[in-house]
Amino acid sequence: MSELRISGLHVEVETETGPKEILKGVDLTVATGEVHAIMGPNGSGKSTLAYSIAGHPKYTITSGSVTLDGVELTAMSVDERARAGLFLAMQYPIEVPGVSVANFLRTARTALSGEAPKVRTWVKEVNVALEKVGLDGTFAARSLNEGFSGGEKKRHEVAQLELLSPKFAILDETDSGLDIDALRIVSEGVNRFTEAGDRGVLLITHYTRILNYIKPDFVHVFVDGHIVAEGGAELADRLEIEGYDRFVKAAKANA
Amino acid sequence: MTAVSNVAEAVEANPASHLHPIPSWDVADHPLPTGREEVWRFTPLRRLRGLLEAEASGNTLEWTTQLPAGVSLAPISAERARELSVEAPIDRVSALAALNAGRGVQLDIPADTELSEPILLTGNGTGQAVAEHLVITVGPRAKATIVVRYTGSGTFADKTDISVGDGASLTFVAIADWDAGTTHGGHHAVLVGRDAQVRTVTASLGGDLIRLAENARFAGPGGSLEQFGVYFVDAGQHIEHRMFVDHNAPHTTSHVDYRGALQGQGAHSVWVGDVLIRKVAEGITTYETNKNLVLTDGCRADSVPNLEIETGEIEGAGHSSTTGRFDDEQLFYLRSRGIPEDEARRLVVHGFFADIIRRIGVPEVEARLMIAVEAELEVIVGGSAQAVSA
Repeated sequence: MSELRISGLHVEVETETGPKEILKGVDLTVATGEVHAIMGPNGSGKSTLAYSIAGHPKYTITSGSVTLDGVELTAMSVDERARAGLFLAMQYPIEVPGVSVANFLRTARTALSGEAPKVRTWVKEVNVALEKVGLDGTFAARSLNEGFSGGEKKRHEVAQLELLSPKFAILDETDSGLDIDALRIVSEGVNRFTEAGDRGVLLITHYTRILNYIKPDFVHVFVDGHIVAEGGAELADRLEIEGYDRFVKAAKANA
Repeated sequence: MTAVSNVAEAVEANPASHLHPIPSWDVADHPLPTGREEVWRFTPLRRLRGLLEAEASGNTLEWTTQLPAGVSLAPISAERARELSVEAPIDRVSALAALNAGRGVQLDIPADTELSEPILLTGNGTGQAVAEHLVITVGPRAKATIVVRYTGSGTFADKTDISVGDGASLTFVAIADWDAGTTHGGHHAVLVGRDAQVRTVTASLGGDLIRLAENARFAGPGGSLEQFGVYFVDAGQHIEHRMFVDHNAPHTTSHVDYRGALQGQGAHSVWVGDVLIRKVAEGITTYETNKNLVLTDGCRADSVPNLEIETGEIEGAGHSSTTGRFDDEQLFYLRSRGIPEDEARRLVVHGFFADIIRRIGVPEVEARLMIAVEAELEVIVGGSAQAVSA
């Protein structure tokens, strides 16, 4: 079993008026075989958590740690973290014009596994993975994320789970902007990724909708830069009825 | 000549653009620049060597050609070359080029000729001062691809005129593959026939200094023009492209996209993209863009897009210019998939150029330019065990 452990994580960003603290002490442990949902209102710092763990240069970790099987990730470069087994499915995947999906996937796979995949089986493997998320054979020749619809971007992110096979995947609002069919396809992709029970998922979402398709083992309510409530899947049901208001008010009262 | 362009000439007898000198074959009409003129202010005049004060040397490039059947390439008199030209020289360098060439060379593709293979012309310099006036005439409804490649060294004064007939389709590629120390200056003029489709590709890869004025206009409505450019500027090099698209006919389109990478102390690129939309040019579409990737300290990229619009009755007009280092977000995305930083940089540069090279549509040229991109990458980020392909 592997473990992604976030302890006492404080993160700030540079703003026009100076540094601003966004994460105010996050503690969370995700083990392989577990799906954790992080739910919270807009602006609560959910995405900051995702990007900080992945190592985006915009965010500065002021204290705390993130370890994968005891190895400190925060001291590693972005690509070293990925090679350690971490994957971030982005809400807004970046366009890289002129770099084909096929070339990108092969380069990433080579970097992660340390050797180039065999041409004969690799092309088929890519096509099968893309087909599973409803992307046709011409997709691999397109420029990375360029001109993709919102749905295509998310499907492509999820296809990478299968092809790049990380230990831990952070999904940053992968459900946002998806219609009902795309949501189902993307969710099925995530479920295939976790079905063997040897992967961990941190699912960041604003809505409970995706939890009809992906059953979380744990739900964490995230407000004002930290976790304010934890529970099982039933907590999501309660949020669906009550909304975040109760937690936001409580956080303000405590501030 | 169509009724519409007759009207255009009657209404606008004089060039309406404020940015462009009046063309003339007479060298005396193009005084020696001081460097303070708008069109010369970016150019290191001292390094233009003989191009501004050259005398006829009698030397020309050594040409190697591959001509499909039906296509002719032959010397013509200087007078005939003037008659067939798209426009008179717009600067002193091109006026001297035409004068000192002493004769023209005409490449003619007769009407209705459809070529499946590209026409290949390679001009090699052997270190001397040379001048050429190349006149390309593409007959109505002909379809052709022409690739002109410059190799070797020397001081090359270049006047090239490309006249494309009504309904014709032409891809014209000029690759400056010069050895170090070469100076290449000149003027390329393109006339796009009624409903003709013209794509030009200019690749400036070598030499010490390249300064090209690339002018285009239309012989009637319906013409479409695409101009792509790729350049690599290394330490001490000066590469200058001055574009001018004259939308002098209605319902014409132009799309200009030039991209360069700069690296090394004193690398200097200049791109000036002017578009004039005349009163008569209703319903046109134009977009110009220049992107410069600055890979090291000590480089300078000047990029100046200009639009002169004299009618509001257009479909669309726009331009953009970006000059910068690597995009951090692109590098983050690639690295978040485990790709090491050097490899991510390679991919981004590779993509930056592949994005435009793949639109050329001539496989030999695309392959040649991607090899040049790889060679450029070797210098910046070093060799890699892993081959990258588009």
